[in-house]
Amino acid sequence: MRIKCPYCGERALEEFTYRGDATVTRPQSLEPSATDAWVEYVYFRENPAGLHKEHWHHSAGCHAWLVVTRNITTHEIVAVEFEGEGAKT
Amino acid sequence: MSSQPNRLAKGGMIDRSKLVRFTFDGEPLTGFQGDTLASALLANGMSLVGRSFKYHRPRGILTAGSEEPNALVELRSGARREPNTRATTIELYDGLAAASQNCWPSLRLDLLAANQIFSPIFGAGFYYKTFMWPAAFWEKLYEPAIRRAAGLGRAAEAPDPDHYEKTNAFCDVLVIGGGPAGLSAALAATRSGARVILCEEDFRLGGRLLAERYEIDGRPATDWVEAAEAELESLANCRILRRTTVQGVYDGGTYAAIERVNDHVAKPPAHEPRQRLWRIVAKRAVLAAGAIERPIVFGNNDRPGVMLAGAVRAYVNRYGVTPGRRAVIFADNDDAFRTAEDLAQAGVTVAALIDARKSASPRAQAAAETAQARYLSGATIQQVRGGHGVRGIVVGDASGNTERFACDLVAVSGGWNPTVNLTTHLNGKPQWSDALSALVPGTLPPRMSVAGAASGSFGLGAFLAEGHDAGLAAAAECGFTAKVRGTPAVADDAGATPSPLWQVANSRGKAFVDFQNDVTVSDVKLAAREGFRIPEHLKRYTTLGMATDQGKTSNANGAAVLANVTGRYVGAVGTTTFRPPYTPIAISAFAGHHRGQDFRPARLAPSHAWAEEQGAVFVETGPWLRALYYPKRGEEPQDAVNREVANVRKAVGVCDVSTLGKIDVQGRDAGTFLDRVYANTFSALPVGKARYGLMLREDGFVLDDGTTARLAEDHYFMTTTTANAVKVMQHLEFAQQCLWPELDVELVSVTEQWAQYAVAGPRARDVLQAVVDPAYDLSNAAFPYLACGDVTVCGGTPGRLYRLSFSGELAYEVAVPARYGDSLVRAIMQAGAAYGIAPYGTEALGVLRIEKGHPAGGELNGQTTAHDLGFGKMLSAKKDFIGRFMAGRPALTDPERPSLVGLRPLDRGERIRAGAHLIPKDAEAVAGNDLGYVTSIAFSPSLNHWLGLGLLVRGPERHGEILRAYDPVRGGDVLVEVRPPCFIDPEGERLRV
Repeated sequence: MRIKCPYCGERALEEFTYRGDATVTRPQSLEPSATDAWVEYVYFRENPAGLHKEHWHHSAGCHAWLVVTRNITTHEIVAVEFEGEGAKT
Repeated sequence: MSSQPNRLAKGGMIDRSKLVRFTFDGEPLTGFQGDTLASALLANGMSLVGRSFKYHRPRGILTAGSEEPNALVELRSGARREPNTRATTIELYDGLAAASQNCWPSLRLDLLAANQIFSPIFGAGFYYKTFMWPAAFWEKLYEPAIRRAAGLGRAAEAPDPDHYEKTNAFCDVLVIGGGPAGLSAALAATRSGARVILCEEDFRLGGRLLAERYEIDGRPATDWVEAAEAELESLANCRILRRTTVQGVYDGGTYAAIERVNDHVAKPPAHEPRQRLWRIVAKRAVLAAGAIERPIVFGNNDRPGVMLAGAVRAYVNRYGVTPGRRAVIFADNDDAFRTAEDLAQAGVTVAALIDARKSASPRAQAAAETAQARYLSGATIQQVRGGHGVRGIVVGDASGNTERFACDLVAVSGGWNPTVNLTTHLNGKPQWSDALSALVPGTLPPRMSVAGAASGSFGLGAFLAEGHDAGLAAAAECGFTAKVRGTPAVADDAGATPSPLWQVANSRGKAFVDFQNDVTVSDVKLAAREGFRIPEHLKRYTTLGMATDQGKTSNANGAAVLANVTGRYVGAVGTTTFRPPYTPIAISAFAGHHRGQDFRPARLAPSHAWAEEQGAVFVETGPWLRALYYPKRGEEPQDAVNREVANVRKAVGVCDVSTLGKIDVQGRDAGTFLDRVYANTFSALPVGKARYGLMLREDGFVLDDGTTARLAEDHYFMTTTTANAVKVMQHLEFAQQCLWPELDVELVSVTEQWAQYAVAGPRARDVLQAVVDPAYDLSNAAFPYLACGDVTVCGGTPGRLYRLSFSGELAYEVAVPARYGDSLVRAIMQAGAAYGIAPYGTEALGVLRIEKGHPAGGELNGQTTAHDLGFGKMLSAKKDFIGRFMAGRPALTDPERPSLVGLRPLDRGERIRAGAHLIPKDAEAVAGNDLGYVTSIAFSPSLNHWLGLGLLVRGPERHGEILRAYDPVRGGDVLVEVRPPCFIDPEGERLRV
């Protein structure tokens, strides 16, 4: 797999480190009522058979955290953005 | 020189002026430059070259390429011995030594051929059925016996003395295969201006053009090959990789290829690799991998002398060798009967052309006339006579008439299968073509096109035209649209469109489908009867297609026989999945240079050379080599560690801590940022002070710890553990970029920029005063515990000083830019000489911290919480931080959780072992009574007994209790006393003096 880093251009997979689901948002609340939201954020992940937004770190490159939109079934990458460029879906 | 009885008087692309000497099973033989081992063996009249896997049947050479299932040999000897090497792909070189395998005592007299007599029990699934019971017999009796009786070659037992390398290449158009279609594609794409890489498995370009007597532009096709090769060589934008097999297709236009750089010489020249693993990234690829001929399944179709018709032509035309003296051709297609013409041209007698097709073919008849051979249509081979080689055949026709023919060569063809393997590597599915009775490429990997025989088209004109078009299109898709000339003229040979004969019904003898794994028609029938009716199941049950050749000559016939047995249409049966690699790859090629101590690069601290001079013994800590201890001459390791520890407690020691992760944190919001990534507070830390920090993961467990110093309002300097440096940096960058991008904070890893030394012990200040320039007041009042700041050392060298202590003694860490590290440690040693300074390694560091009860690797194991480690009070309640919410979950603060305690043996002479389980004193040693375990141990020279740290259920409440430390693995069962973790100076008075 090859990822086109917006800074560095297209680079090989082993330059990157996978983190996972980029669609989850860290809860703001620390109240007990936020427990479900925190459990969702920390543990629960979608695993769609198709397009998915994922966090990848260009760890052997520019150290940017990227949001990669990837088709999980074909490995096709349709977008690579910096965090914040693509609205969370 | 009179050897090589089967060498033709003339012809072939061999250099007859270069005689090559080699041995097979110790027998000295000769061949010529340009031969393969297979062609040279055939030239010497040796048709028996191996024994089969299960039945030890005599086997010869079936093919002339990498699809060879039979002619597997052990190549070379000693450490360079390589088993299961295909004789058909080994280039002959002077001094080559090869041996037959899987036979005892010799190739001609193989006693294990008795396996044939027991063939009923060696049928499909025999492992599963025969060796079920009793289980204990498997390891001791069945498996060793089977391994001796069945099998392939022997692997070398010594380490491979050669080296292998990996490399990358990038191109616009990758052309896979250097036959007519591939050469045509490479020419078109290169002429367009695209950057082209052409990979050819053979040592010679040309593909089938080398094996046939085709003409292009009215001249021998090999002239066209030479011209094409010369042109491609002359153009800077084309790279030709010969002896290179493209093995797999991966995402993003990535291709793996193996180049056999020096397999064709006895020993690679100095500094050259034996093989090279290429990773090729191509914008477009043209697959021109050709096709593989199918055998026909009939009784004793595995006898030496039964050979694919295309291979016979290759030996005759390319190598100037005839595989036999009197040939019969048995086929279901016109293409194969051209073999008769080629053999006749070479002066070989052709006895008969056996055409399986019912109606006579004019093309085949013409070939028979040319060869002055009998032509029989609607006929099949009923029987092959001969044991170690073909002696004759019995032919039968539809009306039951039989006729015998004497012959020593049977050229067989059931048609051609496009080599679709690479098209399926990214989950592509080949599709059945009724026109060809073969699988052709279906869905293709992105940006790959297929040309020539691989696409299912046949005929030289089609090969050249398709290759040209595919090369041109691929280049155009990369933006190269220069006009190029078209393909040369050929007298087109009609493509093969067989009405295939897959198997001969009711022929006598074992009829092999998979030669290499000895799978017969009976095995397929048995499997079908037992319910294994789809190719994937058939494969697992019978091992059809599972050998080193991965069924290149057997998968299609296997599917057809299965279809026949189960009464289905062959196109509906399906296929197994082709996966990389296309041909077997040596593990060494994957490893490349990453072997032994070169498995990964070692990182060396700035004062590594100094540590070596001190006689340090090193240990791998993450990617670093760190000094473990510094033994004096003749000193035992434990004595060295004891001495180093005692020296720190009584005088002063120096330890290289440069390998700790170091992160420079700057910005207006640096304090806020650290408050959010650390569990405790850093925004309130005064400038000029350092503090211990605890970092959690978002799930509430401890991630890492370290000290962070505040050098200015907007400037902090963080240290992490050596092992977690990379992980913490990544974690912080995620927090900075993804969680709180609005914060004004920048992070830089400066681990390699600073050399840092801990100077610890009662005399530490005395030593530091001699190193740090006099302008800096190091008195306890001016520079108290946890102070930090910029200093200069050794007369003006900029540095930083931190008053930190891991050992519990008066201690400092002094840092300088990495390039001064070596000088600084030498200056420290010199200044400390008067105070008895000695270096100490990571082992002593560990003892010192266990004596002090500081958690480290054994305790920061990813499963412990701040509460477990006694750091519950550090969790700030005044701010959000990573892990705060989840750390507050009831299960993570449950007092029943094992938490940190100190342990010492009740009998001080006894030893505690790390990993021992803690159970109540009088309780039985069963899992139900488990209360925790010992995480770290050390012999404490300060207390003169072993001590340990452990994680214990309700640990803090058990101080004073006596427990069993039970270690069944090493036979340890020691009574231990539970203590607070800190054994030395619990009030911390020493570090504040």
